[in-house]
Amino acid sequence: MLSKKQARAFFLGGTVVTFLIFIGLTIYSFSKANDQSNDENITEAVVRGKKIWEENNCMGCHTILGEGAYYAPELTKVIDRRGEGYIKAVLMTPVDWAPNGRKMVAYGFSQEEAEDLIAFFDWIDDIDLNGFDTVVSPLSKDN
Amino acid sequence: MKYKSQKVAYWFFALSMLLFGLQIIYGFIMGFAHAGYDGLHSFIPFNTARAVHTNLLVVWLLSGFMGAAYYIIPEEAQRELVSVKWAYVQLISLALVGVTAIVGYHFNYWEGRKFLEIPRPLDYLVVANVLLFLGLILTTLFKGKRRTTTALVLSMGLLFAALLYLPGMLPFDSQVKDSFFRWWVVHLWVEGVWELIMGGILSFLLIKLTGVDREVIEKWLYVIVGLTFLSGVLGTGHHYYYIGVNKIWLIVGGIFSALEPLAFLAMALFAVNMYRKGEKKHPNKLALYWTLGAAIVSFIGAGLLGFAHTLPQTNLYTHGTLVTAMHGHLAFWGAYAMIVLAIISYSLPNMTGRKLYESTRGRMAFWMSNIGMIGMTVAFGVAGVVQVYLERKMKMEFMEVQKEVEIHFVVLIICATLFMTGIILYFIDFYKHGRPNDEALEIPTN
Repeated sequence: MLSKKQARAFFLGGTVVTFLIFIGLTIYSFSKANDQSNDENITEAVVRGKKIWEENNCMGCHTILGEGAYYAPELTKVIDRRGEGYIKAVLMTPVDWAPNGRKMVAYGFSQEEAEDLIAFFDWIDDIDLNGFDTVVSPLSKDN
Repeated sequence: MKYKSQKVAYWFFALSMLLFGLQIIYGFIMGFAHAGYDGLHSFIPFNTARAVHTNLLVVWLLSGFMGAAYYIIPEEAQRELVSVKWAYVQLISLALVGVTAIVGYHFNYWEGRKFLEIPRPLDYLVVANVLLFLGLILTTLFKGKRRTTTALVLSMGLLFAALLYLPGMLPFDSQVKDSFFRWWVVHLWVEGVWELIMGGILSFLLIKLTGVDREVIEKWLYVIVGLTFLSGVLGTGHHYYYIGVNKIWLIVGGIFSALEPLAFLAMALFAVNMYRKGEKKHPNKLALYWTLGAAIVSFIGAGLLGFAHTLPQTNLYTHGTLVTAMHGHLAFWGAYAMIVLAIISYSLPNMTGRKLYESTRGRMAFWMSNIGMIGMTVAFGVAGVVQVYLERKMKMEFMEVQKEVEIHFVVLIICATLFMTGIILYFIDFYKHGRPNDEALEIPTN
């Protein structure tokens, strides 16, 4: 039967080995040849858009890349689905946007802020998502 | 209670319960909003309620874990805590940081990163607070007469939890990298080091409640936490399937996530077996209910329901839907909320000297909260599966689907009411124990 010492060795050994593999895989997936995160296309507008996205906790209602809350629509591929004009209207409206009665906070963003957010969504749309984009985007080209 | 300084745990538990109550209220705000009643939208929009709901969960669980450590470590190390005064400083600062963050969320003061919404300046205060806590616990442990495996595993869990908070503070311009390293905190906490904390508390409770030899229990503790890390570290991959990183994670995450339920199954079997083996029949039946309950419900919530949507083929459709909320609720409840309620149920009579070991109220609290939570999980699950089919298979519009699933949120609210009634009964039990006192030292502890 397993002794306490062997049990401890199993715990420590297993943890160290799996953690090292985990670090190795992290390095592997962000290495240039294997990176599919569209990193090279991040512009200043995208960074500003991401900042607005975070400062207003958009993820508290929406999902992006499938992450966030489940109260409002997934925003990956949103430009394909809705078009820039619609998105701008939602972002800049001074009154609560309420499709089907569910309200979104009226952020009343400026033209520039709205464009930064659109640049952010646009950047998101070109990430290789291993097929998830085709599931969340009924109107995307791949579908 | 064997040491005077263990009393400090009571106040961490009290803070924990207060925040837990508040968490439930914000949960109701969200439930009603999903069912179509968002009357509070102008004051507490959904994203505020959501950030408050999840962050209160994290803070009350942490406060509960800290209380557990302040109770367990002196008893295991066989000495008083090195400084009770600093423990109170730590408690008050924890409460202040927590309350500031929660209030801030109502005024757009946050970081907008799921689960880690606490703004950066407050992050540093959290780090300082946790360092103070760890300093007190680890000094007590190393100055103590003995260093048990239970105490070491618990302390290791708390130390790694603090260290793993740091990757979440790294700034990235890329949403993908941001997300990737955010999971280093969130996943490796809840499916990694928090399980060490849970295992440590579980082991302490089983030693006390069943009377099974410490050597036997602690040996299995190593096996279980070993299984947890073996599957859980690479299991992080299930968060990486569809966020814009390499396909290698589909294979690695898929295989290791499938192994994750084993750790929880081992924990459930271990707890039930120790109970069966135990010759000692501890009179604190309620603590036993919560302890065995935690081990069993965590297997269902975290193990089975987690597995239900971590296969890459399934997750392609369920990723980012209410199915996640289904798993999240029962997993957190079983694994972490119940273990905190278990250690409170065990330690309260010892700290206050009032041995309210068995009562209808206590048992009702257990059954109502559990049945309520299982009902909530089913409601989330049905809504989630309907959402997946209508939205992702039939390609219906998001809001049209939300209208279709509104009824399930009415069911959710009814079940949540049952859950809350159970929790209120638990709070009443907590209150009826009275305050901790030194006379409790003279009453023998089983």
